[in-house]
Amino acid sequence: MTAFEHPSAPDLSAPTQSSSGSTWQELLPPMSAHEAAVEANRCLYCYDAPCLQACPTHIDIPTFIRKIGTGNLRGSARTILEANFLGGTCARVCPVQELCEGACVLGKDHTPIQIGRLQRYAVDHVQERGVQLFQPGTPTGKSVAVVGSGPAGISAAAELAKAGHAVTLLEKREQAGGLSTYGIVSLREPIEIAQREVQALIDLGVDVQTGRELTGKADLDILLHDHDAVFLALGLGAVPAMGVPGEEHLIDGLDFIEQAKLHPETLLYSLKTVVIGAGNTAIDAATMARRAGAEVLVVYRRTEAEMTAYRHEYEFALHEGIAFTFLTQPVEVVSHGGKVTGLKCVKMALGAPDASGRPRPQPVPGSEFILDCDQVISAIGQEKPDLAKLLGLELEGGYIKVNHDLQTSLPRVWAGGDGVRLRGSASTVMAVQDGKIAAAGIHAALGAGEVGGGKWEVGTPQTS
Amino acid sequence: MADLSINFAGIRAPNPFWLASAPPTNTGAQVIRAFEHGWGGAVWKTIGPPVLNISNRYGGLSIGGQRLLAINNVELISDRPIEVNLREIAEVKRLFPDRALIVSAMVDADPLAWREIVMRIEDTGADGIELNYGCPQGMSERGMGAAVGQVPEMCELNTYWVTSVTKLLVIVKLTPNVTHIVDPAHAALKGGAHALSLINTINSVMSVDLDTLQITPNIGGRGTHGGYAGPAVKPIALNMLSELMTDAEVLRSGVPICGMGGIVTWRDAAEFLLLGAGAVQVCTAAMHYGYRIVEDMIDGLSNWMDDKGFASVGDVVGRSLPQLSTFGQLDLSYQAVARIDPDKCIQCNLCYVACNDTAHQCIDLTTPGGLRVDPGFDPRVNGKAVADTRPMPVVREADCVGCALCANVCPVDHCITMVSVPSGRESVTWDELSARQPAVTQQWGAMEAYREDVGIEIH
Repeated sequence: MTAFEHPSAPDLSAPTQSSSGSTWQELLPPMSAHEAAVEANRCLYCYDAPCLQACPTHIDIPTFIRKIGTGNLRGSARTILEANFLGGTCARVCPVQELCEGACVLGKDHTPIQIGRLQRYAVDHVQERGVQLFQPGTPTGKSVAVVGSGPAGISAAAELAKAGHAVTLLEKREQAGGLSTYGIVSLREPIEIAQREVQALIDLGVDVQTGRELTGKADLDILLHDHDAVFLALGLGAVPAMGVPGEEHLIDGLDFIEQAKLHPETLLYSLKTVVIGAGNTAIDAATMARRAGAEVLVVYRRTEAEMTAYRHEYEFALHEGIAFTFLTQPVEVVSHGGKVTGLKCVKMALGAPDASGRPRPQPVPGSEFILDCDQVISAIGQEKPDLAKLLGLELEGGYIKVNHDLQTSLPRVWAGGDGVRLRGSASTVMAVQDGKIAAAGIHAALGAGEVGGGKWEVGTPQTS
Repeated sequence: MADLSINFAGIRAPNPFWLASAPPTNTGAQVIRAFEHGWGGAVWKTIGPPVLNISNRYGGLSIGGQRLLAINNVELISDRPIEVNLREIAEVKRLFPDRALIVSAMVDADPLAWREIVMRIEDTGADGIELNYGCPQGMSERGMGAAVGQVPEMCELNTYWVTSVTKLLVIVKLTPNVTHIVDPAHAALKGGAHALSLINTINSVMSVDLDTLQITPNIGGRGTHGGYAGPAVKPIALNMLSELMTDAEVLRSGVPICGMGGIVTWRDAAEFLLLGAGAVQVCTAAMHYGYRIVEDMIDGLSNWMDDKGFASVGDVVGRSLPQLSTFGQLDLSYQAVARIDPDKCIQCNLCYVACNDTAHQCIDLTTPGGLRVDPGFDPRVNGKAVADTRPMPVVREADCVGCALCANVCPVDHCITMVSVPSGRESVTWDELSARQPAVTQQWGAMEAYREDVGIEIH
C-alpha cells in the first residue's frame, strides 16, 4: 500500500452550493428550532459556569442558552454579541472542544452542550433578519484609527464605536474581514458570515476603508496626526519559505484556502496533493484539496504527538480520508516540464529536546524517497509581521511587544491579534478579546472613562 | 413472579392497571385494542344525556421541551348514541370476561333518570358503575359532574338513588375541586357507595397564547376553563388519597379506593398502591403514548415487587400508610444535614446559588486545598483547563438546617444526600410540646427560652 492509499476513503461528492451561493456548504447544518430548544433545555444553567470562564471573551453562555430556551432569541444574541461582536464567526470557528464545550460539566460522563451551534443559532437569528442590536455611543469627539479588519480590528472598532468614538478602519485588501473572509475554509465559515459582521460595523458608523495599506512609519505618523489613537491589528504574514530546491512550485496554504473559498473554479485539478505541515491551517488546506477531488497526504517532520493541530481537527481529517505520514521532511520539490511530479523527502528520527521543548527531529542519512504527487501545498506557519519593524515598534520574539493593556512601545499606539500572540494560541476568539482589551485601554486613555461607565472593565465576571 | 391480579370490591382483574373514563375508552374498538395490549380493566367513557362537543378540546403543559406534563380538556361525556355505547360495552365484556369493565355514568339529579340508566347498564353485563361526580367543565354548568361532587348532600342523594336500585358495584368518583375531600367521601359512603375513586380533573385555565393573546385551547376566539390532568397533578392526587386513607370513617367502611391522577409509569402506580389504592386508573399517559405503555407498567411493577419480596398486590396496598402523619406528630428533634459527594459532584454549583440566594447560606465554594473562595474568575485566564481548578461546593454542616433544597436542585443522582445526624435533643413533637409547655408554642419569649434551654440555634 502506498502512502496515499486509504483503507476507507469516503465517497467524495461534487462541491455543493450553499443557499447563499458560496461553494461548499458549512460542515454542520444550522440547528432547527426544535433541536435548539431541546439542546438549550439540556443545559444545567450552572452558576459561575466553567464554560463562561473558559471562553476567552467570557460570553455569559448559561444566560444566552437560557434565553434560547425561553424563546428570547434577540436577548440571547445580545448577550453573546455584547461580549463578542464576532459571535457569529466564533460560533463556527472556535475550537470549542478546547474552550467552552471542553469545560462543560456534562462532558465528564455525557455529551457537553453544543454551545457553538447554539450560539450560531441565536446570532444567525438576528443577523439574518438584519436586527440592529447596538447603537453608536454618544459622540466623545475623539477619533481612533484601526489598522487591519480581521477579528481583532473589527472587535476593537465595534467596542470603540459603541463608546462614542469616531472610528476609521483601514484594510489593505479589497474586502474587509481578514482571515474570516479569506482564511477560514467555507466548510467552517461561508464568506457571508464575515461580511455580515463587517456590515454590522458599518451600521455602527465605523468608516470602513478597504484598499488602504499601511506601508511604513510615515503612514503611521499621518494616522497619529489625524487620530487620537491607533490600534494595529496587522495579523501575520505569508507562509515562510522552506529553502528547498523547487520552492517556486510550492503553493502557499493560505493562498490555497483563499482560492478554494473565493474562486474554487480556478483550483488546479489535482489527483494527488501533498500538504506540508500539521497545524490547523494544514488540515484546512488538506480538507479543501480532498473535497476538490484529490487524494491527500499530509507530511510532518515530527510525530503525531507533536502536531499543533487540535486533536479533533486531526480526527476530522482522518475521517475525511486524508492520509498522514510522520517523521518526514521534504527536501526538494521534483518537477518535470514546469509541472510538479513529486516531493522528495527524507525520513526523520527524534533526538534531544529543542528550544520548544519538543524532541528535535533529525534526518536519517540515506533515507531519501520520493512521494509521487502533482501539487504540493505548504502550511508550515506564518511569517512574523515585517511591518512592525518598519513602524519602529519594539518587538518580542518577532511579535509586536505589548503591555498588559496591549499598548505598544509607541505612544498612543495599541496592538492586538495574531501579531502580538507571543504566548498562547493564535485564534479568532483570542483576537476578539484583544480587540476588547485594547478598546478598553484606548477608551480609558482618551479620558472618556465616564462614557461607557463600568462597561469598560474588560471581562468583568458577569454572574458574580 | 409476583401475582398482579386484584380483587377490587369483588371485581377481579389480571392486573391493577385500568384505563380511566376518558377518550381512551370512547369506543368498543378502542377498549378491545387496549385489552389486547394487556390493560387489566377499563372504565367506559361517561354515558349520559345528549351533548355536543367543540373543536380544540385540549391544551397541553410543556416545560423545558417536555410535552404533556399536564393536559387540560374541554371535552364532555360521550357524544355517541347511548344505545351504541351499551351495545359495545356488552360486546367487549363478552369478549374479555376476565377484565374489569366499569361503566361511567352521569345523568340529571333525578331518581328516575338514574334508575333508567342503571337498569340499562346492568343489562350489558358490565362489572360495575362509576358515578361521575367530577367533571368540572361543561356538565357541571348543567348541574351534573362536579356540581354534584361539590355538594355533599347531592352526592349522598344521587349515590343513594343508584345503590338503592342495583346490585352492581357502585364506585363514586370524587372531584378534587373541593376544600376538604373527606366530606364528599363521607357523603358517598352514606349513600351506599361500594368503592371510591379519585381524583377527577382539576379546574384550570391552561395558558394564554403570547402571539395571539388568545386563551388556549382557543375555541373559535374564545376559551374556557377545563379539567387538568397528567403528571403534574400526581402529588395532589396522592395527598387526597392519603386524606381518605387516614380518615377513620373511610377506614371503618372498608371500601376500596381506585387511585388516579398523573400516573404515567409503574413507579407512579406503585406509589398509589403503597398509599392504599386497590387499583389505579390511567388516562393522560395513554393519550400521550398509546395503549402500549401498559406492557412496561405490568413488567416494571412485577420486577419491583419481586425485588422487594412482595408476592401479591395485596402485600403492597397501604404499605406506606403507617408513615403518614400530621405536622404536629413529627419529631422536632430529628436533624438531617446535606452532604455532597465530591466524587459525584460535577461542580455546576446550582446547590451553592440555591442555598446562598434562597435558603440558609451554608454552602461554601472551596478550592481543592480547602480554602473558601468567592464566585468569580480571572478574566485573563481561559481554556477548558479552568474546569480542573474549579472550586467545589462544601456544606458547612454546623449551619445546615437540613432543608434539602440543594439535594433537590442537584442534577446528579445520589450526589447530595440528606444524612441523619444526632441533634443531641430528646425527641419531641409539636403536639407534645404544646401539651407540656403551652407557653412555648404561644409566646416568643417562652420559645426563645426553650430554644436556649434545649440548644436550638437559629441562624
